[in-house]
This record gives sequence, C-alpha cells and structure tokens, in this order.
Amino acid sequence: MIVKNLEKKANEIRQDIIKMLATAGSGHTAGAVGMADVFTALYFKILTHDPKRPTWEKRDRLILSNGHICPVRYAAMAHAGYFPISELKTLRELGSRFQGHPERVRYSGFETTSGPLGCGLAQAAGIAYAARMDKSRFRTFCITSDGEHDSGNHWEAVMFAGKNKLSNLTCFVDRNYIQIDGDTEDVMPLESLKEKYEAFNWNVIEIDGHVMEEILNAVTKARTVSEEPTVIIANTTPGKGVSFMEDLPEWHGKVPNKEETERAIKELKENLKEIRKKKEDD
Amino acid sequence: MIRKLAKLSKDIFKKEIEKKSSRDGYGEGLVIAGEKDENVVVLCADLTESTRSYLFQDKFPKRFIQVGVAEQALATIASGMANYGKIPFISSYAVFSPGRNWEQIRTTICLNNVPVKIAGSHTGVNVGPDGASHQMLEDMALMRTLPNMIVVAPVDAIETKKAIIEAAKNEKPTYIRFSRNETPLLTTEESPFKIGRAESIWETKDPQVAIIACGPLVYEALLAAKELGKSKIETLVINCHTIKPLDEQVIIRAAKTTGAVITVEEHQITGGLGGAVSEVLARNFPVPMAFVGMDNSFGESGKPNELLTKYKMKSVDIARAVKRVIKLKTS
Repeated sequence: MIVKNLEKKANEIRQDIIKMLATAGSGHTAGAVGMADVFTALYFKILTHDPKRPTWEKRDRLILSNGHICPVRYAAMAHAGYFPISELKTLRELGSRFQGHPERVRYSGFETTSGPLGCGLAQAAGIAYAARMDKSRFRTFCITSDGEHDSGNHWEAVMFAGKNKLSNLTCFVDRNYIQIDGDTEDVMPLESLKEKYEAFNWNVIEIDGHVMEEILNAVTKARTVSEEPTVIIANTTPGKGVSFMEDLPEWHGKVPNKEETERAIKELKENLKEIRKKKEDD
Repeated sequence: MIRKLAKLSKDIFKKEIEKKSSRDGYGEGLVIAGEKDENVVVLCADLTESTRSYLFQDKFPKRFIQVGVAEQALATIASGMANYGKIPFISSYAVFSPGRNWEQIRTTICLNNVPVKIAGSHTGVNVGPDGASHQMLEDMALMRTLPNMIVVAPVDAIETKKAIIEAAKNEKPTYIRFSRNETPLLTTEESPFKIGRAESIWETKDPQVAIIACGPLVYEALLAAKELGKSKIETLVINCHTIKPLDEQVIIRAAKTTGAVITVEEHQITGGLGGAVSEVLARNFPVPMAFVGMDNSFGESGKPNELLTKYKMKSVDIARAVKRVIKLKTS
C-alpha cells in the first residue's frame, strides 16, 4: 500500500476508534488515537500475516503490551479483514471479543492477554527466543507505552533480549510523554531513554511516529541488524488528529461525549480531505 | 494397615527408610520429560544448582534458559515461549516464584491459558536454617485461587518425578511444589499416581477419622495412624497430592465413612489443602474438622525437625488433632 493510502487508512481507523469508544462509554482514547499510524503501518505494510488464518505458524507476531490502547488494534484488525467493522461497536460489551483489555482466549489473533503493564516485552522476547530455537523466520513486534517503562518486569525483558541478541525482536515505544498521573518526566523520569536502551545492547531508532515513511524505514533498518534487538522510539502526540485531545493527559482514560465525538469526526474528515489534497498537489 | 494397592515402600516404618529431597525428583523428572518431548524447555532464575535444574541443563544445554534473578521475567518469558508452542518449566524457590510473580502468573499464564509449569522449591519450614524469608508457606493458597491452574504437592522425590512427567503432557498451567530437605521415600516406582486423583494409603475396618495429607508430611500422618492404632483409634490416611482439581469424590466418601476429617500440610492452615477440603465438605457433607499446619505464623531458622516440632506438624501433633476431632464428633 502506498504512503498516501496508508495515511487515509490511519484516518479511517482513528474515526472508528472515536466511534467505538464513544459507543462503549469508557476506555482509553488518547493513546489509541496516537498510535493509529504505527498500527496502520504494521497491519497494512509491515507484518507478514493473513486475516483468514490468525494462527498461521509463519505469521509475524504482534504483541500489544499496553493493552489499554486496544481499540486501535481492534480497529486496525477489522480494517485489515479480521472481523467486520460493524462488530467494533460491541467494544466492552458482555460477550464481545473486544474486551476492555485484549484477551487471547477470546480471539487468538490478539496473540496475548494484556492490560497489566510491563509484561508484554518479556512475552515477546519469549516468543522470539523460542522462534530462534526452532529456526522459525517470523519476526516478533511488541508495542509498549512509555509509562510502562517504570516497571521492573519491562527492564528485565530488555536485559534478557539484549543478552540473547534477539535481533528478530522489534519493540516500539509509544513515546507520548503522558501517563495517568501526568507527564512521564514528572511521574518517573525516563530520559535519556535512548541511552538506556543502548546501554542494554539494543539498536535504537528514533522517529516521528506520525510520519509513515519514518515508521516504514525504521522497520526496514531493524531487519538489517543481526546482533541486537531493535527499539523504535516513536515520538507521538496523544490524541493526534483531534485538536482538543492532543497532548492532554486527561484524555488518557476518558472517552468523548456526543458533542465531542461529532467534533472529532468532523475534524478527522477534514484531515482526510487535507491528506487527499496535499498528496494530489505533490 | 498400609493399603496394598498403594504399593508403598516396604521400609516405611523402619528407621533406616531411604530419604531423598523431592527437588532431586524434579531434576530427574525434567530430564525424562525432556527426552520424551523436545518442546520441553527449562528456565531458571539463578538457582540452577539448588532447584536441580542443572540436571536438565547438563543434558539439554540449548533448551535451558537462564534469566537471572528476575522472577517476573521468568514467568512472562515462559508465557511467551508457551504461547509459541514450547512447554516451559520455570524453576525457583517458591517464595520468589510463584510468590513474587503472582500477577504475571495470573495474567500471562492463567488468563492467557498457556501451559507454563511452575516449579516451586523450598516450600515449608523444612527449608530450615535459611529462615522465615525463604520458607514458603502460602504458595498453595496463592495458586489455588487462579482459574485454569493445577496445583500439586507431591509426597516425595519419586512422586515429584511422576508429577513433572505428567505435567509436561497436560497442556495446562500447573504448579508443583517441593522441598529442599531430604524426606522419606514413601512411594515406589509402582505406586499409582495421577494428577487429580487422591490415593488412599492407610485403611482400617472401622475408621473414626480421615487424615487427608499432602507433601512430605504424609509420612508423619502414617506414623500417627500406626501409633493411634495401638490405642484402638482407627483412621484412614489419604495422600491428597493434588490440591486442585481436588478429588472431591474420595474426600466426601472419606467424610461419610468416618464422620471427622483432619488435614495435614506444611503450609498455612488457611487457603491450602485444609481450606480446599473444608470448602468441599461444607458444600457437600459437613463434618467436624481439625487442621495440622502452620497456624498464622512465619517460620524461623533451625533444623527441619526442630521446626516441625516447634510448629506442631509432627506425628504426635497429628495424633492429638485426631483425638481432638473425635471429641468434637461425639460432643
């Protein structure tokens, strides 16, 4: 898929995230909307996968560690063909596959159960290690939040992957500088994150997490590294694309009301026009 | 009388009964499980020698994974490996795993429903001189409440070995506890063993009390049963090595036969075997009960035997509990 189409797809996914969260009446908006570009790149360009065979042995594994941003995964997977887009409105309802936090037992395509933070990278590292034992060639990707870098379990996994040179493992950090109690640098400073990962023998790539070319190029670079796992620190704006949500920690764990939803969708639709227009000008 | 079908050691009541640490059974079981299935892998958190994981490491170095002193990583890396298709055993002291990493076990192993096998060594006060911080007495309670989890407390090294081999095949999250100290080898290679099935090992004509025990203290229960027999107090002894799923049928039948039950475990008397048996009987056939185990206390440094004596888990304490529960039954 060409970049222009990926950007359009990301916009549609953002609209669905807003709609499904508004219908559910609870959930996490900012992080999900902020990661729409990365998830679009993954499901429409990067991952080797087959929506008709979610347990296909050779598929790349995508492990979502910060499970609370799951609406972005649900919406991206629906758009990729895993389930009908109309099913997204069951988010957080009794019996839905789209639980408030993802559960592998509800749908194997979610790969793991997540929500409690800090333990996704270790699972991804376990998968990558086991795959290498069997000479399986798929890659394992992990999405993490910056806030969960406060957790010891995460750094245990960073050490493990570094020690074992898990070059088939790529970790994205959603570096949006917000967590529930505020700015990450006030709650528990993470900087300098790049140097921290380097000290643990990781290959580090920093990108703008909203620029499609940068996301794609970073993964391409990661594939060429043979002795180290790669972390892609994706600088993102929480709530990206919805002006009144951008960069505000209060949107971490709340959802838009009816009026806000209408405003958000209207803005996103205008953005979509911009994307079309801008690209046509190029 | 010892139940013949239990095929226990002929030396049970001899002073020179052979002793072995159940952690040795863990190491031996791992090697056999590893030979049977190449998907078996072992992860260890810097306790390779004292958990006997090294027996597997020596034999299958490429299938052994050292994670360092990081029990949360131990559980979560294993979860990933099981998710991929491996059968990981994770080895540490029970205080650290499943103690320190309980939430990771809950979320990434039980809720994920992947077949990670958690091997908790150094359970009970028989850990001895290392003291209270290393004597795990709450592990069965922690593991028993988790949906999808199987919980096994084998009686000796031979039974531990069998439990490991069976756990490797059961496709379920499984917790197996064992101990550091050398304890009597009650069972033999021929003794029947199946996870989920309690074994009756001591039977009498007219039993007044059922003694339901797990782990190394089953030996003390047998000593108590024999001693009580001398004063015409007849009992049943059940080796209830699986705490979850509990063999409810055998327990209810024992309660109906005897009208009184005591439980024996090297664990807090709340939440473990005693808790599990009480729950079943309260729902199905309530009878007077007594509990032998740790009574809301931590242990301390000392020799294993001194500690079992101080904390009232020896055969004399079991005999006293039997007499107490008989009084309850008749009052």
